[in-house]
Amino acid sequence: MRDAEFFRRWMAAAAAAVEREADRLTELDSPIGDADHGSNLLRGFTAVRAALEAEPVPAAPGAVLQLAGRTLISTVGGASGPLYGTLLRHTGKALGESAQVSDAELREALSEGVGAVARLGGAAPGDKTMLDALVPGVAALGTSYRAAGSAAEDGALATVPMRARKGRASYLGERSIGHQDPGATSSALLLGALADVAEPAGAR
Amino acid sequence: MTGGHPEPGPGVGSGPALVGIVLVSHSARVAQAVAELARELAAGGPVAPVAAAGGTAVGGLGTSAERIVAAAREVDRGAGVALLADLGSSVLTVKALLMEDELPPGSRLLDAPFVEGAVAAVVTASTGAPLAAVAASAADAYTYRKD
Repeated sequence: MRDAEFFRRWMAAAAAAVEREADRLTELDSPIGDADHGSNLLRGFTAVRAALEAEPVPAAPGAVLQLAGRTLISTVGGASGPLYGTLLRHTGKALGESAQVSDAELREALSEGVGAVARLGGAAPGDKTMLDALVPGVAALGTSYRAAGSAAEDGALATVPMRARKGRASYLGERSIGHQDPGATSSALLLGALADVAEPAGAR
Repeated sequence: MTGGHPEPGPGVGSGPALVGIVLVSHSARVAQAVAELARELAAGGPVAPVAAAGGTAVGGLGTSAERIVAAAREVDRGAGVALLADLGSSVLTVKALLMEDELPPGSRLLDAPFVEGAVAAVVTASTGAPLAAVAASAADAYTYRKD
């Protein structure tokens, strides 16, 4: 079973990963986006870390993710704010108010969160978006957290030959081909951070 | 804000409240300018409340959820709030706020071109029309071809 502390560690690990990779995310966002994905997410996750450390700290897993999601919507300023915010808030809502959640409940809740992201953005796998990492990643949670992290990373790599059909990159048409999607890349970081806190034995 | 008109039309004083309009742009100046344009084109009688929510909280290009929520509260007269958004994160942030019930009851994101839709929405709302009519007239701006 996973408690609120586990979810705070996940968000802290995600913030650390975003901090580590912010420059790379912004580099990926330069040829096909507006070159702010790294800095936007860094601002958002820095605020998430601060919000989760401020008193009173949330006592339930669902409340941790809802607070994190709300913070991202408020602070990011770009499209990744409402998208990641919706992912975490809907996942948090699906977890309900229990103080402890099982891995199966988390898997189910994350699926709902990913569904909410798909509805919000009107996107599907293959559109070269964060869903290309989230959908295979969450599907692989049935195997293990580590498998989910790897599947999300593979999903992000698989966006390279895709043509963008959503967001600013879609205006580029053919020119969006050959670049890895920054949103799929940051989504892989989020699931990689989950794997790191859930299965630390396999962590780097 | 727009008081002092000598010939009050429908929706003023004892009439039904006017639908409020919020303009959400990546740029504070775009939101302000479109709000001004729409207000001036709707002038001649009472003008529906219009608020601009442009740029990020720190004055950069992008979207601020706080500005959107504050703008919606500012123009809410109980008859509903129509929101128009320009690109990507403007649209997604409004949709996310609607999904989370963070906007006043009766708030709605209009599916309309930003400038033309804003003018149509403000002119229509200023006649005292209900939210559904405001939404329809803004969406109608998509059918005006320019070639």
